[in-house]
Amino acid sequence: MATLEIRDLHVTVEADNATKEILKGVDLTVKQGETHAIMGPNGSGKSTLAYSLAGHPKYTITGGTVLLDGEDVLEMSVDERARAGLFLAMQYPVEVPGVSVSNFLRTSATAIRGEAPKLRTWVKEVKETMERLHMDPSFAERNVNEGFSGGEKKRHEILQLELLKPKIAVLDETDSGLDVDALRIVSEGVNRVRETGEVGTLLITHYTRILRYIKPDHVHVFAGGRIVESGGPELADKLESEGYEAYTKGGASE
Amino acid sequence: MAEAQNIPVGSTTAGSIAVAAESTVATRMSAPPSFDVADFPVPHGREEEWRFTPLERLRGLHDGTATATGTGVKVDVQAPEGVTVETVGRDDARLGRAGTPVDRVAAQAYSSFEQASVVTVPKETVLTEPIRVAVHGEGGVAYGHQIIELGAFAEAVVVIDHTGDAVLAANVDYVLGDGAKLTVVSVQDWDEKAVHVAQHNALVGRDASFKSVVVTFGGDVVRLHPRVTYAGTGGEAELYGLYFTDAGQHQEHRLLVTHNTPHCKSNVAYKGALQGDEAHAVWIGDVLIEAKAEGTDTYEMNRNLVLTDGARVDSVPNLEIETGEIVGAGHASATGRFDDEQLFYLMARGIPEHEARRLVVRGFFAELVQQIGVKDIEERLLAKIEEELEASVG
Repeated sequence: MATLEIRDLHVTVEADNATKEILKGVDLTVKQGETHAIMGPNGSGKSTLAYSLAGHPKYTITGGTVLLDGEDVLEMSVDERARAGLFLAMQYPVEVPGVSVSNFLRTSATAIRGEAPKLRTWVKEVKETMERLHMDPSFAERNVNEGFSGGEKKRHEILQLELLKPKIAVLDETDSGLDVDALRIVSEGVNRVRETGEVGTLLITHYTRILRYIKPDHVHVFAGGRIVESGGPELADKLESEGYEAYTKGGASE
Repeated sequence: MAEAQNIPVGSTTAGSIAVAAESTVATRMSAPPSFDVADFPVPHGREEEWRFTPLERLRGLHDGTATATGTGVKVDVQAPEGVTVETVGRDDARLGRAGTPVDRVAAQAYSSFEQASVVTVPKETVLTEPIRVAVHGEGGVAYGHQIIELGAFAEAVVVIDHTGDAVLAANVDYVLGDGAKLTVVSVQDWDEKAVHVAQHNALVGRDASFKSVVVTFGGDVVRLHPRVTYAGTGGEAELYGLYFTDAGQHQEHRLLVTHNTPHCKSNVAYKGALQGDEAHAVWIGDVLIEAKAEGTDTYEMNRNLVLTDGARVDSVPNLEIETGEIVGAGHASATGRFDDEQLFYLMARGIPEHEARRLVVRGFFAELVQQIGVKDIEERLLAKIEEELEASVG
């Protein structure tokens, strides 16, 4: 069973000619089949955790370990992490002009699966997955994220999640900027992947709204660069009624 | 209604890797046009039209010391039936109708060539296969002149392919009759030591369409000067260009569209990728809308993608408008580094770095590659891009 183990993770970023520590010792274990929600106020370092796991060059790991099935993730390049089974659904997916969605998806699937998917089954697979996400077929011919609405970008991220079938999926504020309909469609996509029981999900969010659609097994409160409280789904209900104030008062928020 | 816009030059260029300067005199050269080389002083390099060019690498084309060697270039024309292909002497009356040399090297070429090749597509002849002109450098110095002429309502695609090693200065004339449609793809795929300086003159007839696709890869110095004027109203010119400038190469494209006739259109789009130390691309895009050219519609654009440190781009768009009674006029220039966020996004989907770079660069050129419309050239071009990228990654 795939397991992602994050131990005492420290991460810094360069800003305004100064080095700033954003993650200050994160400990978390996510197992295949589990769903963890990480909730926290703006600036608490949630997205830094997501991008650090994926290997974004902007972030420097200064301490700690990240293991995926015992393999050292921090030693891997960005593409190696993805091929090892780590997936990051991004909050702000970037445009790639001149590269069509269909070309991108196939190139990516070929890299992740280690061989080019058989064309006939692949076309069918993409078509059906797009239909379930209420995406028009013409979408495949558009350039990656170019001119996409906020909702289209997020659906495109979840389309990739469904097609690439990672062991561990990190969803960075996938709910932000979505209206209720889009949120439901995107959540259904995530749930289809979860129901296979083959993915461990790390759902990073600012709002409790998405947890009505995607039920977490564990909820963690993130503040000041670390997890400050962990519990079951009931913790989300508490946050819903009380907000983050109890966690930010001490000035821990960065 | 007239609607003129003038985007400030350099507004979107990134400081250290691109230099954009207002070029108000670019359409006014340091000497008036002439067929006689003696009318042009030897350039010293500070003239507006020469300030970006490494004169010392022109192998004497600019100062009269490059003497034709007789084994300079070999020109081979393959044309479908119905097309006339001739080799003519200096006294042929059809020479020089599309334009007059505007700088010393073009005038040197005009003063020095011995034979010109003339390709004529008779009126109302519509070709289904391209005319192919192979210009192969045999290692010497050459001065050339080519004429491609389409009669009224004729349609043709011409591929001019430059390969081998040469020091070549040339003038190329495109003469389009009324309603004619000409697409010219000029590929500069020279060996690494070649020097190629040429002026392209297009004279676009009434309601005629001229499409030029310039593709520059090879050579030590390539300096091309495509120019368009209109012989009647309703003419259209589309000028597209792609270049891939490698370490040590100087590739310069200087364009001038002169809207001298009412109700004509022009669209200029050049894109280049650069990599390696001392890779230098220059793009000068001049559009002149004369007072009488009411109803003009023009746009010009240059984009550069800098893949590595050490490369340099000079991009200078310039628009001179002498009448406000136009449909539209605009220009844009942007030079950017390879976008690390694009690279991260693609790699985060498992795509290895070299493959990700390949996708982004192919994507960057894709819209212009599609404009070529000649399958084997498109494929060769894409293969060439891959090859260049392999070299940089490997």
